[in-house]
Amino acid sequence: MNNLVYRKITVIGAFVIVGLVFIARLFYIQVLDESYVSSADNQALRYVTKYPARGIIYDRNHEILVLNQAAYDLMIVPRQVGKIDTEAFCVLLDITKAEFIKNYESAKNYSQYRSSIFKKQMTADEYSRVAERLYQYPGFYGQKRSLRIYPDSIAAHVLGYIGEVNQANLDNDTFYRSGDFIGISGLEKQYEKELRGGRGREVLMVDVHNTVQGQFENGRFDIEAKAGQNLTSTIDIQMQKYGEQLMVNKKGSIVAIEPRTGEVLALVSSPSYDPNLLVGVKRAKNYKLLAENDSLDPLFNRALMAKYPPGSIFKIVQSLIGLDLGVINENTGIICNKALVGCHNHPSASNLREAIQMSCNPYYHQVFKRIINQGKSKNYFEDSAIGLAIWNNKVRAFGLGERLGLDLPSLKSGGVPDVAFYDRIYGTRRWAFSTIYSLSIGQGELEVVPLQMANLTAIIANRGYYITPHLIKGLTGTVDSNFIWDRHDSGIDSAFYTPIVDAMNWVVEKPGGTARKARIDGIKVCGKTGTAENPHGKDHSVFIAFAPMNDPKIAIAVYVENSGFGGDWAAPIASLIIERYLTGKISDSLKEERILNADLISQENED
Amino acid sequence: MRTRQNIFQEIDWVMVATFLVMIIFGWMSIYAATFDEAHRDFFDMSQNHGKQAMWMGFAIIIATAILLLDHRFFETFGYIIYGFAMLLLVAVLFLGSEIKGAQSWFVIGSFSFQPSEIAKYGTALALSKYLSDNALKFDKLQTKIVSFAIILAPAVLITLQPDVGSTLVFAALTIVLYRQGLSPLFFNLGFAAIVLFVLALYLKQVNIEVSENWIIQGSTFFLIGLSLIALLVYINLRKKRGSAFVIGSTYAALVGYYFSVDYVFDNLLKLHHQNRINELLGIVSDPLGAGYNVHQSMIAIGSGGFSGKGFLQGTQTKFHFVPEQSTDFIFCTVGEEWGFLGSFILVSLFVFLMGRIIWVAEKQRSDFTRLYGYSLASILFIHFFINIGMTIGLAPVIGIPLPFFSYGGSSLWSFTILLFTFIKLDSERKFVLR
Repeated sequence: MNNLVYRKITVIGAFVIVGLVFIARLFYIQVLDESYVSSADNQALRYVTKYPARGIIYDRNHEILVLNQAAYDLMIVPRQVGKIDTEAFCVLLDITKAEFIKNYESAKNYSQYRSSIFKKQMTADEYSRVAERLYQYPGFYGQKRSLRIYPDSIAAHVLGYIGEVNQANLDNDTFYRSGDFIGISGLEKQYEKELRGGRGREVLMVDVHNTVQGQFENGRFDIEAKAGQNLTSTIDIQMQKYGEQLMVNKKGSIVAIEPRTGEVLALVSSPSYDPNLLVGVKRAKNYKLLAENDSLDPLFNRALMAKYPPGSIFKIVQSLIGLDLGVINENTGIICNKALVGCHNHPSASNLREAIQMSCNPYYHQVFKRIINQGKSKNYFEDSAIGLAIWNNKVRAFGLGERLGLDLPSLKSGGVPDVAFYDRIYGTRRWAFSTIYSLSIGQGELEVVPLQMANLTAIIANRGYYITPHLIKGLTGTVDSNFIWDRHDSGIDSAFYTPIVDAMNWVVEKPGGTARKARIDGIKVCGKTGTAENPHGKDHSVFIAFAPMNDPKIAIAVYVENSGFGGDWAAPIASLIIERYLTGKISDSLKEERILNADLISQENED
Repeated sequence: MRTRQNIFQEIDWVMVATFLVMIIFGWMSIYAATFDEAHRDFFDMSQNHGKQAMWMGFAIIIATAILLLDHRFFETFGYIIYGFAMLLLVAVLFLGSEIKGAQSWFVIGSFSFQPSEIAKYGTALALSKYLSDNALKFDKLQTKIVSFAIILAPAVLITLQPDVGSTLVFAALTIVLYRQGLSPLFFNLGFAAIVLFVLALYLKQVNIEVSENWIIQGSTFFLIGLSLIALLVYINLRKKRGSAFVIGSTYAALVGYYFSVDYVFDNLLKLHHQNRINELLGIVSDPLGAGYNVHQSMIAIGSGGFSGKGFLQGTQTKFHFVPEQSTDFIFCTVGEEWGFLGSFILVSLFVFLMGRIIWVAEKQRSDFTRLYGYSLASILFIHFFINIGMTIGLAPVIGIPLPFFSYGGSSLWSFTILLFTFIKLDSERKFVLR
């Protein structure tokens, strides 16, 4: 019996051993093994991304060009999806069962525990219908997003569009997370950093039924989303809208600049499209339609990317270079010798002003010859090369052949041929003035984009300089801040601009001027017509203008493709825009109607 | 006989204090497990914690009542309580209500109780009374048979409900028999049987593919190993008479047992038991199915860290990731909110209380009190072992409450009665004649 008493030791010992084993096990899972902590967080905490509102873009008068509308992504956490009535759910979401399975599987492949998008960008209406029933479907929740909306459906090419980041974006910039939006073109791309704002985060506690139970630790770990910065554009909504209306059924572009500041007032490329088409889930489908099924290529921004020869308008540049080099003066008269180069019938120009007004081709053949062959070398070929190099530099100072630094992506520089260019084609000293003389009247190898022509007009209006043209003035918010833009000098004495400006006024106002259709009562308009030769069909009609003559408020370039002579279509369009901008009304409603009703695209197709 | 002093002077206040600490700690855990902002009130009777508070009040009244009873009551009525419990166990099979698949509850109005709770108490009293008979010799086979019968009768009836958890409680009473002289061989055999059972389950998974037509199964290794051992034993003992027979029959028994495991496991155990055992042994891992409870429970406990998330700060338990979080899985709330420190204290409290019961039991002059103490400690131990063990993945999931912690009036009262009966008996030890 006595030794049985010692069995109490065994019994107590067993209790203690079990206790110690438990404590060891608890120490292991509670203190040593950290994985349980993260499992707990994964289950009970829901990290909801708070997407920032993207910055709003205003026009120059604080009217809204683009803002945001609420949309909802339906998120899924596959691990939490319980037994649900799949069929009812599909009806609710308006998807097929196959889509359900596909989306579910792809979410599951991504992660069982982390949320991914199940259905993208439902409108607020669609979502509110779904949200009411969401409690029946554990594992699903709505995530607020914001989509762009364009109240006036204008300026598609300027504003551009946004879309979800792709793998390249994710690789290049660690800022982005899958599912973020990024500016893909236009101002959205250019000012992405300002507009995008910063993601926030909310840590919510959810129970086993996926019902939110409140903020985790009273929101201690939450991060507020930082709204994107608002931008004020230089665009004038009224002018942009009017310009787009005038260009309906025409191919071409309009660029209007405020000369003193370089602010782009309107930038129209026609045909255009409704920017609302490239928003949200329908973007991919609509983009395909616009890109592939529309022969007019509405996605192509002609104002920045379409390269044309400058045509007769280039005579202004030739005049200024000639004056600057002293090879002509404002009283230089040259006989209109059609043997040199073709011309229309007009009396010979007895001075520079007349030459510009009448746009005399032989006059500029001779002016250009004087510029190129200044006799700096006895060798004719060498002399031409020296002359071309000097000319090339002077031309570039007008912003031609250069990317202008406009704040939009995919801007083309055009081309101003230099010595190396011709050497490549013909070989060194194998070319001379006689090879390149068509440059004299803005034809040949010269290429400019419409923006550069508008900028050239601004230089003339400013009598010698331009501010880098731009579309955004600055940031708008509690404190406005304006961006600073560079001033560029043309390098040509402002006095030399006087005869040019006079002549441009004659072009519009004098009887026999080539742009009589651009005349506006009470406003002194200065302009110059041009015809961009088109080897593929009817020539393009070009017109540049600025007004008022002595206090220029607007400089404009209008291109109408395949419409022939510049005075017919481009000039009246420019004058309508100028008049409406400066006076707020249109005096000649017949002129306006003629333009609005003209369908140059079908006409071209019939021709 | 000496004059009776105030009985409260003789009470083991250490055990009473431990009891109070445990039920308060338990109530806090229930409050935390069911906490939500809308029901902050401590005594909100629509909530588990409110009801538990009420039951705790009753428990203290019951405890006091027991202390005021005559100590001879328990020994005198031991067999009667046992008999009454047996009647209830039979009755519940026909008249009881089925809750969670077990026909183990009597529901009377809003009150429900399990007769198995009374059976634990009755069996403890009856076993203690039977074995405390001085005329009895435990060496006798008859004594052993009767003792086992006292334990087995309620166990069998409860197995019919079926309620595996409560059945196991009766198995624990063999600890009392061990103290009375039951050979350790009995426990060693039991232990060996469990080891062999587990080994068989593991080896079942082993299939080594040597070539396309030659797959070595796990049982081959078992047979080779066992044969080698038998051979070695035989070589050593071959000069003794009859050794070949003993070795041969042991060998046959082991092989027979080994191959019966498959059959028992596949045919006698319910599917959910099979799954729970497989899960526990790590043979299969199904955290969303059979392993869900344990998986969630370990996440809750494990995420508590060293010092816990703080009172009411547990996310896993509060948001119902852990099932049965105020009853069988109440320990998760402790682990999550109080961390390793809290868990350590809880485990220590139990080991301390059980150890003290044994220690106090050994001081008794009365065999009845001593045996009853062992019964009490055994019952507490098996609850503690299974309940905590399952929440940390060391024991199979068996629905069995954690004494003094788990939510529920009938469980709380039954443990209170069990414990305070012992405290009462102990308070009388000086007045008991041997």
